[in-house]
Amino acid sequence: MSITTVPKPIAGTSSFLDDRLGAGNFLKRNLRKIFPDHWSFLLGEIALYSFIVLLLTGTFLTFFFKPSMGEVPYEGSYEPLQGIMMSEAYASSLHISFDVRGGLLMRQMHHWAALLFIGGMMVHSLRVFFTGAYRKPRELNWLIGVLLLTLALFEGLTGYSLPDDLLSGAGLRITEGVAISLPLVGTWITFFLFGGEYPGEDVISRFYSLHILLIPGILLALITAHLILMWVQKHTQMPGKGRTNENVVGAPFYPAFMVKAGAYTMFTFGVIALLGAFAQINPIWLFGPYTPADISAGSQPDFYMGFLEGSLRLMPAWEINIAGFTLPMSVLIPALVPMGIIMTGLALYPFIEQWVTGDRREHHIADRPRNNPHRTSIGMAAVTFYGVLWLLGANDELASFFHISLNATTYVGRVLVFLGPAIAYYITYRICLGLQRSDAAVIGHGVESGVIKRLPTGEYIEVHVPPNPGIEAHMRGKAPVPMLPGADGDGDGERNGVPPKQLRGPLGRLRVKMSRAYGGEKIPLDDGHGHGEEHAAIGSGEDRSLTH
Amino acid sequence: MTDNNHDIEQPEGRVPKRVIGTPSPATGTSVLGGDERPGDRGVPGVVPQSEETARKGERIAAFCFLLTLLGGIAFIVSYVVFQVGDIDSARTSNVALGGSLALALLSMAAGMVVWVRLVMPKYNMVQERHTMASDGQTREYVTETFKHGVDESGFVKRPLLRRTLLLAAAPLGLVPLVVLRDLGPRYSDFPEKLRHTVWGEKTKNGKPRRLVVEGTGAPIRAADFNSPGGILSVVPEGYEHDLNALAKATLILLKFRPEELKSGTNLNWTHDGIVAYSKICTHVGCPAALYEQTTHHILCPCHQSTFDAADGAKVIFGPAARPLPQLPIAVDEEGFLVATADFAVPPGPSFWERGDAEATVRENGGHA
Repeated sequence: MSITTVPKPIAGTSSFLDDRLGAGNFLKRNLRKIFPDHWSFLLGEIALYSFIVLLLTGTFLTFFFKPSMGEVPYEGSYEPLQGIMMSEAYASSLHISFDVRGGLLMRQMHHWAALLFIGGMMVHSLRVFFTGAYRKPRELNWLIGVLLLTLALFEGLTGYSLPDDLLSGAGLRITEGVAISLPLVGTWITFFLFGGEYPGEDVISRFYSLHILLIPGILLALITAHLILMWVQKHTQMPGKGRTNENVVGAPFYPAFMVKAGAYTMFTFGVIALLGAFAQINPIWLFGPYTPADISAGSQPDFYMGFLEGSLRLMPAWEINIAGFTLPMSVLIPALVPMGIIMTGLALYPFIEQWVTGDRREHHIADRPRNNPHRTSIGMAAVTFYGVLWLLGANDELASFFHISLNATTYVGRVLVFLGPAIAYYITYRICLGLQRSDAAVIGHGVESGVIKRLPTGEYIEVHVPPNPGIEAHMRGKAPVPMLPGADGDGDGERNGVPPKQLRGPLGRLRVKMSRAYGGEKIPLDDGHGHGEEHAAIGSGEDRSLTH
Repeated sequence: MTDNNHDIEQPEGRVPKRVIGTPSPATGTSVLGGDERPGDRGVPGVVPQSEETARKGERIAAFCFLLTLLGGIAFIVSYVVFQVGDIDSARTSNVALGGSLALALLSMAAGMVVWVRLVMPKYNMVQERHTMASDGQTREYVTETFKHGVDESGFVKRPLLRRTLLLAAAPLGLVPLVVLRDLGPRYSDFPEKLRHTVWGEKTKNGKPRRLVVEGTGAPIRAADFNSPGGILSVVPEGYEHDLNALAKATLILLKFRPEELKSGTNLNWTHDGIVAYSKICTHVGCPAALYEQTTHHILCPCHQSTFDAADGAKVIFGPAARPLPQLPIAVDEEGFLVATADFAVPPGPSFWERGDAEATVRENGGHA
């Protein structure tokens, strides 16, 4: 049964809005907007929907949380802590956990959603990186994404400190230790942040304003901008049959994508609710109230701070004193350099790649990671760098779990943090080329069918069949990585004449060299053979004479 | 070309559907791309589901939505039924509320997925993309309009207007920064504050400040703290619950046999083999709370800086660059441990204005 007229309530509301907003034009253009489909395009949505959960559960928590460091005796229903002096922040967090129905659920969902939010952003940014979806015209959206990730770390840090339990206090103390180590401005920053000496009486309420107002406000604005840009620029698509740089192939926003997105929202919400119900997280009542005099062994931050913790642990002791001033290098370097490398590297990569390849065209077809091996290898090297630091952030747990010396894990980590990325680069590069070769084999020779045939001459051959046209189109979406003009010559790039002026200096020559290494076709898809050829099932592989 | 080529023109018929380890052969149903048969209404790229599939989808989705209904009701019922007020009831309530909420949300998700996949058509629609840049004519128009606007506004032609506006904006722009000044204390209060702890202050009645046990607040009689290898976490008398004081003044108190102490320890600042070190790690300020009796190692659990307690708490591993400062201690007339002076160097993490306080102390022969 199909409807012939629009139901009256909808028609009435629509006319009302259209009369006043002219919304019809917008809808005309956008109702049937096409969204391409690929599982990896959904990763960012995890972060988006987790953010909604964060806003909802966070609002609930603010109704009960008291952001105050005033000391009160605990009189709630958690017996082990009754009568103990603690900050109002911690007491109200306990109140939420034990004396508000659904409070513990909201707290745990909030924490899980935070982990999923940042985790989702990380995986999404990796997808965008490895498929080259940050390329023109999407560089701005990529930068917004990097900013979102950075802000989310600060949002997590400020939120994590609020319950004012012993574990969160340890994190706050480390934050203070890092902030005060900054040259020139360190003491200013800490005294202004804490309203005096650590811990002071102000930091919880200040972090509270940052955590529930300022940073989420900016996050919300940036997420909106991120989505608008995605909408306007249209999503990238994976290479495939009928897909070009000038079209979008997929399902329309209304109704399919809308319902799909709704389902995915519900799915994310549901998984977070499931975690909140069954997976305990941050049981603050076990840690006790914060005091700067105590700490529990095995203190671990949330996962997204682990890489900073690891780099602090790895760094050997080093402090410089000049003219009465102190540079605590063993704090400054690990706190600033890895984060600096990763965030700056992410932000600059699209522009560095453009500079190296000289590629200023728009790209709407996503790369398969194997088809830009150097980019993929650089990405994997960065992932390894991050991963080693992250693992070493839990080196005490590793040492006790595997019964190895704690100091040994640190020494190994100090080497691995440099060696690991290099090894990852090499291995990834070889794997990419191997995968390209395998693609070339499928295109060039077809797919092994498993059917063995005997020729009249008595020889056995295996029948090769053409690949699935969809898969073939997917593979043929490969394009050579662009190179600077002049870099693609076989020799020194000057064979075809004098190189352009900006490529002549030492920097220019380096650029040409990098372009030549980075760009070009490493393994061409082999078009030398038709489909449906047959290969000898036995023999040395010198079988081409048989079929062609 | 071999003459058997015609034999394999349509190999699909004889090729098994899928041989393990090989990609599926072309069978017509594409993995990507898809068939571009026009749909019922002739919209290209829209392939409706068969009525049978759609009806099946409708039934499954409806079942899922009913589960959502149940989950929602279960949530409300759980909210009323399960009261909170202690660990066990909070846990029960949490599982009931979270479980029913998860059931409601996940079945809603499942129902919607079934709705899209089985009831709605398969889509493979194509839309054109256009380059993001506007065309030359538009750019030209915007450029011209911009120039006209500049002329009309007089912003370039009338420098007085322009310069006074920019001049006026400068202090206004500083207002948000200036107004934040009172977030922190006067600069004269810091960083000097970081150099002193409450150990340097005498008590109200003018006597040296006693060391008391963290938690109980009991003063420590030196004669009672007499088993070598003993360790105590110690706070200043009168500041047992002052977190600001504790963040700098907390100590670990250790008892050694006299022969165990090495040259790094200032023996004048010990009493009968009892040594007091700042508990606040010199790396980033965590309490260095772990102690290994056999090796005399103090370990900070945050970043594993390790200090040799028998040798002036010098760093033997990890990122800390300086030893834990030693507090000069003695006993008062009643035999309780007291601080005779403040730390000679600032305890806790390094800061820009700190300087090499240790070197200064060495030059001055052990005094700040």
